[in-house]
Amino acid sequence: MSQAVISGGRPARKRRSARPGSLTIVSGLGLGVALVWFSLLVLIPLAMVVATSGEDGWEGFWGTLTNSQTLSAVRLTVVQAFLVTLLNVVMGTMIAWVLVRDRFPGKRILDVVIDIPFALPTIVAGLVLLSLYGPQSPLGVDVANTRISVFMALAFVTLPFIVRTVQPVLEELEADVEEASASLGANRLTTFRRIILPSLVPAIAAGAALSFARGISEYGSLVLLSGNLPNRTEVASVRVLTYIENGDAASAATVATLMLVVALFVIVALDLIQRRVARRG
Amino acid sequence: MASARLREPAGVRWTLRVITIAYVFLLVVWPVSLVVKYTFEDGLTALSTSLSDPAVTTALRLTALVAVTSVILNLVFGVGISLLLVRYEFPGKRILSALIDLPLSVSPVVVGLALLLVFNPRTGLFGPGLSAAGIEVIFASPGMIMATVFVALPLVIREVVPVLEEIGDEQEQASRSLGANAVQTFRRITLPSIKWAVVYGVVLSLARSLGEYGAVKVVSGNIVEQTQTATLVVESKYQGFEQSTAYATAFLLAAASVICIIVVSILRPKESS
Repeated sequence: MSQAVISGGRPARKRRSARPGSLTIVSGLGLGVALVWFSLLVLIPLAMVVATSGEDGWEGFWGTLTNSQTLSAVRLTVVQAFLVTLLNVVMGTMIAWVLVRDRFPGKRILDVVIDIPFALPTIVAGLVLLSLYGPQSPLGVDVANTRISVFMALAFVTLPFIVRTVQPVLEELEADVEEASASLGANRLTTFRRIILPSLVPAIAAGAALSFARGISEYGSLVLLSGNLPNRTEVASVRVLTYIENGDAASAATVATLMLVVALFVIVALDLIQRRVARRG
Repeated sequence: MASARLREPAGVRWTLRVITIAYVFLLVVWPVSLVVKYTFEDGLTALSTSLSDPAVTTALRLTALVAVTSVILNLVFGVGISLLLVRYEFPGKRILSALIDLPLSVSPVVVGLALLLVFNPRTGLFGPGLSAAGIEVIFASPGMIMATVFVALPLVIREVVPVLEEIGDEQEQASRSLGANAVQTFRRITLPSIKWAVVYGVVLSLARSLGEYGAVKVVSGNIVEQTQTATLVVESKYQGFEQSTAYATAFLLAAASVICIIVVSILRPKESS
């Protein structure tokens, strides 16, 4: 069975290594080079975003955030990302279950298909959804330029996250616990709810965090599909781009900072969840 | 394995199976297959027309250049940072390890904005200085490479770190105590055991780099036949009512990413044997 591509919740394996060593001259130099590169590429640019958001003072910052168009874009983004994450909690767990516990011809293909949304360029993702659910839909379903299209695009790009975090945990579950539960008279539903589900919860939570973060930050797949209509289908990323194109760096940075805070929050949550899992195991 | 476990009743199994397959089919398989269908609707005409369009060929070449350069940079820094994170102890290690994942959660547009604020030749933090030294970052390939490296940064590291943790460092210590230097130890001992993890990381980074859109759009300036990558061509051709060219280019990108995914899934099982 192929393993997870997105292995956010990969269970911590046994470590055979002793305590990590302290830095030598060569590794210290390597660390220095790596840190300079990482700072130039990631840390300084992201810090500049936060710094620029304060350029127009508190009033400028607050003014941008309370601008009605920005506010509705942020609200739409958060609500849709949340709804899609809920959908993924159910569907992702179900898909992982089918991939691990069921057997049927073509299962291997299903396993590969799950990764397609992760690898497919986002603009292509938008185009493929548009061709089935757009104006020329062979199904006669046209959701282009509606909020449903935002939901669909997010559901597409976030499909693998929960599947790939739950799958490895489900594979490692011991059968005898379930057998014990059954022999004590529990039916399958009770066993699932009381025995299996609790051990899946950390993996589901980790996947949900990734899925929510991705939903908040999505841009490419929405460009062709949602039409970016102000106050209707415009998401936060598009709002940032509009500000950039209008030369309003401070406002762009303000919305971007809000999105960064959400991303950072998710990362901290993920780290906490994974440490809790590691402690248990 | 599955047969040894407790099975659900056939009805439940069939329901779950059917819902799962229907969901994935409607969300992924059918839409993706339509791009293939639209591309080959008139035989090879759409593909050959778009491959003779200089805007498309220039973009494909640029995409290849940017993606390959980014993958090489991420390979070198990814393996280096993974070794540092697993094998050494230094202050701030946990913070660095958490920050490494940050690019996965940052919106591509925000990545573009961040690079713009630092490297913009007129208003950026370092931009004017670099510009005076004759180095153009924004609206040129260095900026596009940086944006692509940024978004694919964690992929190699996330593959290599768990493997390094699992293999431990006993063999490396043995090699060192027998008199091998650091380069020999890395080449003869460490590299062979992390080989597959590195390969997965590289293939995933390649798929991600070929398809980067939002961040590149912001820093490239989207100039036709100059800084327009393949993903940007898909957008501009689609909106310019050259749909068959848009579909053909999208098909090429989709084919590349699906091949990457298939390569990973074929290589994966070798890990356990």
